[in-house]
Amino acid sequence: MRRKRVGLVAAIMVAATACSGQGSGRQGEIAAPPSDPAKVSGEITVLTNRTDRIADGTLKKYAAEFGKVYPGVKVKFEGLTDYEGETKIRMSTENYGDVLLIPNSLSVAQYPTFFAPLGKAGELSAKFDYTDHATVDGQVYGLADIGVANGFVYNKAVWRKAGVTDWPATPEEFVADLETIKAKTGAIPYYTNYKDGWPLTNWTNAIGSPECDPGAYDALAKTDKPWSKGSDLYAIDKLLYTIVDKKLAEPDPTTTNWEDSKAQIGTGKIASMWLGSWAISQMRAAAQAAGKNPDDIGFMPFPQQKNGKFCSVLRPDYQYAVNVHSDKKTAARAWIDWYITKSGQAAAEGSLSSVKGAPLPDTLKAFSDNDVTMIPQRQENLAEVNAIDKASEIGITAQDYRQKLVDVARGAADGDMDSYFGTLDGKWSEARQTLGG
Amino acid sequence: MTAVQKTRAAAQADGRPSAPPPEAGAPPPGAGPGRRRGAAVTPWLFLAAPLALLVMFTYLPVADMIGYSFTDWDGISPTRSSVGADNYAELVTRPARFEVFLVSGFYLAASVVQIAVALYFATVLSFDTRFRSLFKGLLFFPYLINGVAVGFVFLYFFQPDGTLDTLLRLAGVEGNHLWLGDPDLANTSLAGVSVWRFTGLNMVLFLGAIQSIPPHLYEAAQLDGANRWQQFRHIIAPGIKPVISLSFVLAVSGSLAVFEIPYIMTGGANGTETFVIQTVKLAFQFDKVGLASASAVVLLVLILLITWVQRRLIPEERVELS
Repeated sequence: MRRKRVGLVAAIMVAATACSGQGSGRQGEIAAPPSDPAKVSGEITVLTNRTDRIADGTLKKYAAEFGKVYPGVKVKFEGLTDYEGETKIRMSTENYGDVLLIPNSLSVAQYPTFFAPLGKAGELSAKFDYTDHATVDGQVYGLADIGVANGFVYNKAVWRKAGVTDWPATPEEFVADLETIKAKTGAIPYYTNYKDGWPLTNWTNAIGSPECDPGAYDALAKTDKPWSKGSDLYAIDKLLYTIVDKKLAEPDPTTTNWEDSKAQIGTGKIASMWLGSWAISQMRAAAQAAGKNPDDIGFMPFPQQKNGKFCSVLRPDYQYAVNVHSDKKTAARAWIDWYITKSGQAAAEGSLSSVKGAPLPDTLKAFSDNDVTMIPQRQENLAEVNAIDKASEIGITAQDYRQKLVDVARGAADGDMDSYFGTLDGKWSEARQTLGG
Repeated sequence: MTAVQKTRAAAQADGRPSAPPPEAGAPPPGAGPGRRRGAAVTPWLFLAAPLALLVMFTYLPVADMIGYSFTDWDGISPTRSSVGADNYAELVTRPARFEVFLVSGFYLAASVVQIAVALYFATVLSFDTRFRSLFKGLLFFPYLINGVAVGFVFLYFFQPDGTLDTLLRLAGVEGNHLWLGDPDLANTSLAGVSVWRFTGLNMVLFLGAIQSIPPHLYEAAQLDGANRWQQFRHIIAPGIKPVISLSFVLAVSGSLAVFEIPYIMTGGANGTETFVIQTVKLAFQFDKVGLASASAVVLLVLILLITWVQRRLIPEERVELS
């Protein structure tokens, strides 16, 4: 009975705010932010991958604060350990929470099927970064709470011990530095995390950094040979190949362990890893747990300069969306807006807020001190790039092709770098042709 | 004929004429037509639960999968369109997709080893060995462990300077092997894990079959001076032949459909990709559920075909133990 009444109230409310007919959850209905917080009510379910923040009560605290502004809304969290897998399966039903993070494996073209539009691209992009990553036909379907910069997480103490204090400015310099580290310190100069695989996918996020081009990712849709000399993917994958080829990575990549690697970089057994800026605070915590100085963990950009300056692309983390079948869209939207702009969680975690004009967190202080150009990676052609990528079965955002690259580099698979890049180019252009690009 | 069979036959022989035909006598009190109908339904009621589960979780999904294999479904969108046999055509025109079956060769070879080892232990344990039950338990135990856990345990086992290297060093064997990192060793290592895991199951199957061999046969053989090997060769092996051939059928289909252990331990990297891993990646990484379903159907058909050929080559024969 109670449930029914709540549903009725919500339905009336939705009807009132969205000026549309009976019942709940139709496609195309905009999840608009509420004009009057007091009038919003209902219980919303938020799906999250951060089970740790449910366990330590952080999210509950945010929900309580949210409740002060929106007394009628009750927020419930549902933590999913295997977020990607479970959410994707649940999305074939209508029951996947009111607010959720958009799974990475979903292609942008599918967003309107599953999520309610949040507003026009023109308006939202003025307020938030990265809206173009979730824009379909001029409507935005997801808002990221934080952005991620990419770079090498490195142990400063180890690098200092090897006598390297300046950031290397070219890939060759970087490799030479790793060789010095190997010779002088005995640390593993670079750790691929090949076994867990997903850390390898971070390399793709560097697209745009080598040439300092925000449109580099979009350009993938227009090229037949993404791995040809001079392109970003060539520079990125060549660096990884050279590191492994010169035996500067861990001796057995197939038995690596992500959790262990955090402690190992903290204690200086590993000198560097290519990751997102989100990893900095985790590595610092690991260093502290191991009794070392957390300030030894540093972050450096991709070793290539354009006009004498380093460049780092920014990409959104998970984007928050509203379930298209939800009958509490306004309350859901209220939570998203409040969480991103008012909760202060980005600053608390040392992350880069997606709200335009927000200050850089101190984890990225070295970037601003050294005048690193930060460019947001544009993804206007994301749907096209995705389609080519899936059709070609390369998977630039998956780990497999880079695991193969590491295999080729360490002599565990046939071929060399050029032949492998040639194969990848071949698959890419074939897929483009099939799709009529 | 065994003693038991003889007695049963005799009992049937003299039992039947003496029992009155059910229609002849007056119906026992309370056994109306309703009751009889109830009796006819009873076995079906018992069958209902397992049949419902079987249909719901095996046949319906398979039917669905066959349906998907004729569409271009991406696994998530609510709509899908029929593409006819395009998926099958694409599979057949890309022979590279079937190269992964070479990896199955490692597992097939391993399953021969596995059956041999299981047969050995089953035979030894069927005789009066000390601590029989303990050894049976120890050998069967790996099969009870969850496959994911097995994968993780062996990941540590195979690490450089991990358990295996340490053990080898204790035994005086030096040498720096990358058990999973060396592409020439990786599949052998993984197949070894699968042997470790499934030997116990095979052994229990064989043991059960061996125990159904009447003990007086051994006695007679012993009186005739047959040694253990001769007993195995002439009594046990022929006695459990159907179970052995069943094990081979399972081994072949099992090695074509290897998934769990390589998926967890290497994710199919480093040349350890099997057909099922490839299929899973097609479905969930590249959103080609239609194509992946077609692959799965092809695998199903392949396994059925191979099993059929096997059965034709080694016809099932009734074993007469006497």
